[in-house]
Amino acid sequence: MSTQPARRRPSNTRTARVGAKRVSTPDVEAATSRGASSHHTAVGDRWQAYLLHHQQSAKDSLQRLLAKPLQSLLTWLVLAVAVALPAILLVSMNNVQALGQRWDGAPQMSVFINPRAQAAAIENIQRRISEREGVQRVRYISPQQALSDFETQSNLGSALRSLETNPLPPALVITPEPEMSAGALADLGAELDAMPAVDEVVFDQAWVQRLQEILRLGKVISLSLGALLAMGVILVIGNTVRLAIESRREEIIIIKLVGGTNAFVRRPFLYTGLWYGGGGGVLALLLLVSGLEWMASPVASLAALYGSDFTLQGLGVSGGLLLVLLASLIGWLGAWLAVGRHLGEIEPQ
Amino acid sequence: MLQFDQVSKRYPGGHDALSRVSFELQSGEMTFLTGHSGAGKSTLLKLIMLMERASQGQVLINNQNLSRLSRSQIPYLRRQIGVVFQNHQLLFDRSVYDNVALPLVIEGYKPKEAARRVRAALDKVGLLSKEKLNPLTLSGGEQQRVGIARAVVNKPPLLLADEPTGNLDPALSAEIMNLFQQFTDVGVCVLIASHDIALIRRLNRRVLGLSKGELVHDGVLTHVDTASTT
Repeated sequence: MSTQPARRRPSNTRTARVGAKRVSTPDVEAATSRGASSHHTAVGDRWQAYLLHHQQSAKDSLQRLLAKPLQSLLTWLVLAVAVALPAILLVSMNNVQALGQRWDGAPQMSVFINPRAQAAAIENIQRRISEREGVQRVRYISPQQALSDFETQSNLGSALRSLETNPLPPALVITPEPEMSAGALADLGAELDAMPAVDEVVFDQAWVQRLQEILRLGKVISLSLGALLAMGVILVIGNTVRLAIESRREEIIIIKLVGGTNAFVRRPFLYTGLWYGGGGGVLALLLLVSGLEWMASPVASLAALYGSDFTLQGLGVSGGLLLVLLASLIGWLGAWLAVGRHLGEIEPQ
Repeated sequence: MLQFDQVSKRYPGGHDALSRVSFELQSGEMTFLTGHSGAGKSTLLKLIMLMERASQGQVLINNQNLSRLSRSQIPYLRRQIGVVFQNHQLLFDRSVYDNVALPLVIEGYKPKEAARRVRAALDKVGLLSKEKLNPLTLSGGEQQRVGIARAVVNKPPLLLADEPTGNLDPALSAEIMNLFQQFTDVGVCVLIASHDIALIRRLNRRVLGLSKGELVHDGVLTHVDTASTT
């Protein structure tokens, strides 16, 4: 007899294979039952068999899910809703952000000059501003130009023409470099505000910045909601897998009795979790895409009313793939936790 | 091949299932294990399978001390032991073929090699023509033979059988025993737990008799022994 102790088997396995290759033909080996000496498998073969078992586990798990279509569909729908919710929130945030960015991102600052200020004083201020670091451009808008701009933009031409004097002050519009910080811009504003010739300093697009901050907060909220719902998904899948383990208790015991490792027993259940998660992810993606499709035409008409060609953005191909991948991973994790907890309890008695 | 050295097993609660049991089995030897229910037969088999661990003493398989094996090494030990169960322990959600192939799938045999071995094992037990059937459609004797085919398909050096003829008529029992004898001819060590004294006497093999957890008999049965070990 040449049965090796279990822990020394791998190395012996290799030598056994080499020996078998050299001396015996497969048929001779097949015809005789030689006890332990012939119950070895080569490492390469084991790797192939390992991959094959993965493949079979994946296929078998999916078939088991599809064999109970209604039950599986219900689970998938629950998971889809849980995955779709944070995804929808995130997509909404991205769209509002895109909307905000259409206002030419960089904030501007308007400096309104006292109408009685001398042209030389205005030029002086303009020069001082343009010498500041971080300022990209300073544009002077004379009262006349402001009035004509206002006329064309507001359709109030006749009413404005009836005015005897131009009520609009001269102004300087400052466009900062994109990398200029909000703080530096505010400092510049305060400095200008202190000049006698300056009436008022207005941050034109401070609201864009506020919107960005609100969106950032919204993203954090949808991510934490996503984390909560991911936990929900893990629990749902964990419970479903627990039931699957329970229903296959006998099989697990027999596999353990004939020498199946925990990894071998675990494998089909991990794939069950993977399929549940992945299926939920795909359904969630479908929900998201059809929802966006559904909103596309109202959004387009609304945008048209504002003279904009804004359209809704989805997740994109890579985003969609990432969503499904993430859902699959969460499903796998849920199954792993459930199997780890319940498999140890099932031992042959 | 299999060695028990002063093995005791005390279950939590204080029940002594085995007390200082010692014996040694050789390769190619067929041995019976007898005793009343509760005498410790099941416990002894469980110690070999590492379903339980000895409280005292040592169990050795091929000079390997089982008490030194960690939990993760247990599956690899079990692959060296073929087990035939009284209630067959077959899976009814798959064919006879797949039942027999299970140990080979677990051990990672190539499908082609596995198929060859499964068919050889099924041929050995005379069920080659029934490989595609569900074991549920087979008779009790046939199911038992499927169980035997599964136990020997990966050619383990040690074969355990727990009441393998428990529910079978004498003719079928004799057939099964004949199978076990054939395995000993190729060097397998066979240990059969049974209370079928008539059958054991006919086969005239070594008998280990357990009573209240103690080994009270070791050797071929004589008429005098019959009273004490049954």
